[in-house]
Amino acid sequence: MTAFPRILSLNNKPSRLTRLGLTILSLWLLASTAVAIDVHQFESPEQEALYRQLTEELRCLVCQNQNIADSDADLARDLRNEVAEFIKQGKSGEEITAYLVQRYGDFVRYNPPVRADTIVLWTLPFLMLFVGAFALLRSIRRSGQKPADNGDTKTTAPSPAADREKHRS
Amino acid sequence: MKRSRSVFIKAVLPLVVFVAFVLLLMSGIGKNPRLIPSPLIGKPAPEFALPSLHQPDRVIRKGDLLGQYYLLNVWGSWCPSCRVEHPMVTEVARSGIIPVYGLNWKDEPENAKAWLQRFGDPYRDVLVDYEGRTAIDFGVYGAPESFVIDQKGIIRHKVVGEITPQVVQNELLPLIRKMEAGQ
Amino acid sequence: MLAEIGQFLLGLALLTALCLSIIPLLGYFFKRDDWMLLARPLAYLQFVLVFGAFLTLVWLFVVQDFSVAYVWRNSNSLLPLRYRISAVWGAHEGSMLLWVTIQTVWVALVARFSHSLSHDRIARVLAVLGWVSLGFLAFVVFASNPFERLFPIPAEGVDLNPLLQDIGLIIHPPILYAGYVGLSVPYAIAIAALLGGDLDEKWIRWSRPWTNAAWAFLTMGIVLGSWWAYYELGWGGWWFWDPVENASFMPWLAATALIHVQAVSERRNAFRGWTVLLSILAFSLSVLGTFLVRSGILTSVHAFASDPKRGIFVLALLGFYTGGGLLLYALRAHKIRSEPGFELSSRETLLLANSLIFLVATFTVLLGTLFPLLFDAFGKKISIGPPYFGLMFFLIMVPMVVLLPIGVMMRWHRDSFARVVRQLTPLFLLTTVLTIIVWWFLRPLPLKALAGVYGGIWLLVNTLYALLTEKGRLTRGRLGMHLAHLGVAFFVFGVSMTEHTDFEKDLLMNPGESATFKGYTFAFEGVQRKRVENYIAEEGTFKVFQGDKLVTVLHPQKREYPRQRKPMTEAAIDPGLTRDLYISLGEQLNDQGGWSVRIYIKPFIRWMWGGGLLMMLGGLLAATDRRYKRHAEAEKSHLASQWLEKNSGTPDDKVTEVNA
Repeated sequence: MTAFPRILSLNNKPSRLTRLGLTILSLWLLASTAVAIDVHQFESPEQEALYRQLTEELRCLVCQNQNIADSDADLARDLRNEVAEFIKQGKSGEEITAYLVQRYGDFVRYNPPVRADTIVLWTLPFLMLFVGAFALLRSIRRSGQKPADNGDTKTTAPSPAADREKHRS
Repeated sequence: MKRSRSVFIKAVLPLVVFVAFVLLLMSGIGKNPRLIPSPLIGKPAPEFALPSLHQPDRVIRKGDLLGQYYLLNVWGSWCPSCRVEHPMVTEVARSGIIPVYGLNWKDEPENAKAWLQRFGDPYRDVLVDYEGRTAIDFGVYGAPESFVIDQKGIIRHKVVGEITPQVVQNELLPLIRKMEAGQ
Repeated sequence: MLAEIGQFLLGLALLTALCLSIIPLLGYFFKRDDWMLLARPLAYLQFVLVFGAFLTLVWLFVVQDFSVAYVWRNSNSLLPLRYRISAVWGAHEGSMLLWVTIQTVWVALVARFSHSLSHDRIARVLAVLGWVSLGFLAFVVFASNPFERLFPIPAEGVDLNPLLQDIGLIIHPPILYAGYVGLSVPYAIAIAALLGGDLDEKWIRWSRPWTNAAWAFLTMGIVLGSWWAYYELGWGGWWFWDPVENASFMPWLAATALIHVQAVSERRNAFRGWTVLLSILAFSLSVLGTFLVRSGILTSVHAFASDPKRGIFVLALLGFYTGGGLLLYALRAHKIRSEPGFELSSRETLLLANSLIFLVATFTVLLGTLFPLLFDAFGKKISIGPPYFGLMFFLIMVPMVVLLPIGVMMRWHRDSFARVVRQLTPLFLLTTVLTIIVWWFLRPLPLKALAGVYGGIWLLVNTLYALLTEKGRLTRGRLGMHLAHLGVAFFVFGVSMTEHTDFEKDLLMNPGESATFKGYTFAFEGVQRKRVENYIAEEGTFKVFQGDKLVTVLHPQKREYPRQRKPMTEAAIDPGLTRDLYISLGEQLNDQGGWSVRIYIKPFIRWMWGGGLLMMLGGLLAATDRRYKRHAEAEKSHLASQWLEKNSGTPDDKVTEVNA
């Protein structure tokens, strides 16, 4: 059994010595990539698929950034067993996720919840897409309507290549 | 007028967004991204029923510990940081400011006993969580971790990592005073 | 002694970069030709010095000088020669030196292939590039010096992380960095144009091949990284939306947007401010990537050992390059006039729509990557992972796939949507028929996979049609574009197939047992222990049959490196055009030699990387289009005649504004 690398997480102001220690330790952490493979017997392919999905969407809390399906950390193994146990008891994916979120917080799930404080996350990209598209169309349409203004800007002669392109289908 | 506003938006907006962005990044520097606050703080501690390390046939339940506030220290003989914090845990227990219980996590009882023999046993009692189920209920993700549980069985505080003099001074003592006052 | 030479060369390079970043600019502002003409020699000198320092570090690794802290930490005497060389960029300090080395290569190349630019322009571009070199050289010298000595001298080195002892690591970082720092060229061009207030089509035309080349390297770097993670990490994943992966993906997305908008802004006096902003954004995101990877503010599987001080240094650089660029833009934006001169239904519109989609995609990745940080600022914790990115990306990229062929088919300037729709209808029907046929062969397919197949075939059919109906001479630029689009088709098809129809099974196998999945029978013959180079391996033997026919024999390993405490998995893969067979070894579970084993069948995964390769080839091909050279030659002779004219006329007015 291994200790979780608690030393790493707690030094806010590392001394010179521990800095070296940190470097080595984190490299060592990075190197711990033996794949974890557990053998669970499920009653149905659906249960097996749910197990796969859940273990891939749950985060191993002590790892750098890994789900519990891939991590060989001890805690990840415990959590996998817990998940398998629940599935065999017939619990649903939502129930199992809720169970773990209750204990470890939102950090444990890779699929962020849709909530008041995460609404930005889910909507902002689309808002940006729509606003951007609107602004783009408006600026093209406006410029298409008015003739090229003959202010003090230098007129750009289209390059010969551009001209050729223009007449091409 | 309108034109100057649109120029302003086009020209200055990216800069403003960028400055906010850099401030966000700066806020993250030096923080530890691996420290995860527990969602259980302020909530009742999960139920447990675990054998005592020294008398394996005696089962200790959450209900048995109600009526007093205590520190539940999660440790294992396999965990080097636990050894580092052990003198401090011992000092806390000896000083009598708060009763300390141990939660021996995923450990072989023989190893645990040998470890306590070697480094001293400050615990009022040691609960054995061989399978690690109770630890999951408590949201433990590494050792050492320590929970402060009050008279009503509510988790008031969680220390992730070693208990240091600073932790005792800044986190435990004020909380103990509060609990003493019955808050 | 050698380490001190390396140190000294870096110091000289720093001084050279300082000169390069100041003298030509002063020359530009005070109209001194002789100062401006110093830019090129300084750029070459800087390259020679940095390259010398880099070779010094390589040599220190080859001779294993453990008195140098960096060498000591990242190699030991058991390490084979090829990994000793790649260990140079196996950790933070050396990889930063590689970063800077490649950057100076780009600067030297810009100096070499820029004779079509008037000397005041090239002076500005090289000076801005000099600023970039200066910042990162300072970072290497003051905050991550690879030549630092150790005392007392250790007898033996630590080790190179075994994960990195692999061909993937030898080639992936240099190519990825070539892409990252290559984006400093369009950035420098944009800044140089803002400095002079002379943003015209010549600037943009000149920026295009450089952008394409940097983009191609970035594409290649990402593809290699994904492939490396797939075969080396042993859990069959090729992309995890990890912060470090996102750090390489964001500049790629921004550069993709940039490439498409450049096509518009070169031809039309429109959206040039937009081009400038995207140029700044693309390079900023590569600096941001460096920050995310090296500051430790986010947890990642691939992160370097992090140090907050370094984080602040890189953040300061980011603030300087991006903040400075945006400030300059804010001051000069009013000088950028636009007169689009094209209509709503035109290729221009669709190219701009493309840049918008890619910008939104960039933003989404950025949002998802940094959202945990925002939560952290409020004392809360959240994880944003593959489920979020996968869904968002799918939704954002659907319009891209639908619109791509329309954009290619649209004419420049003015066209009608009705015409394009008429022309596309038969192609759409053909796509549908082909999709049904493919579905028949691959069925059953989940809906998401089917959608991907549909999209992939839609792109394939249209791109081939466009390629075959090209009128006139097929230029390298056009061919490159079609190749890249073909790459998108393969990528879309490969990703949806491999993500939604893959097979995975964890099981216990005893020697002599076999298991059959999807028509393949995996027969396990047992595990043997053997000693190889600098590690010990437990190697399994699996014979894979299809019916009675032996398909392949696979040897997955579990390795132990003496200096490391944890074992690592080395998967065995049988690659194939339509599927990969992939086996990982877990651990021994019983005394009969039974092991836990993970078997994957990954359909069409190679198509995905193949698509990436096609995109890269397309980018390189487009970068070498003759058009740029032709323009360059015309420009060169034009400049020469102007120079002669000027010099024979008024001798005091030496600087020529050629573009006036």
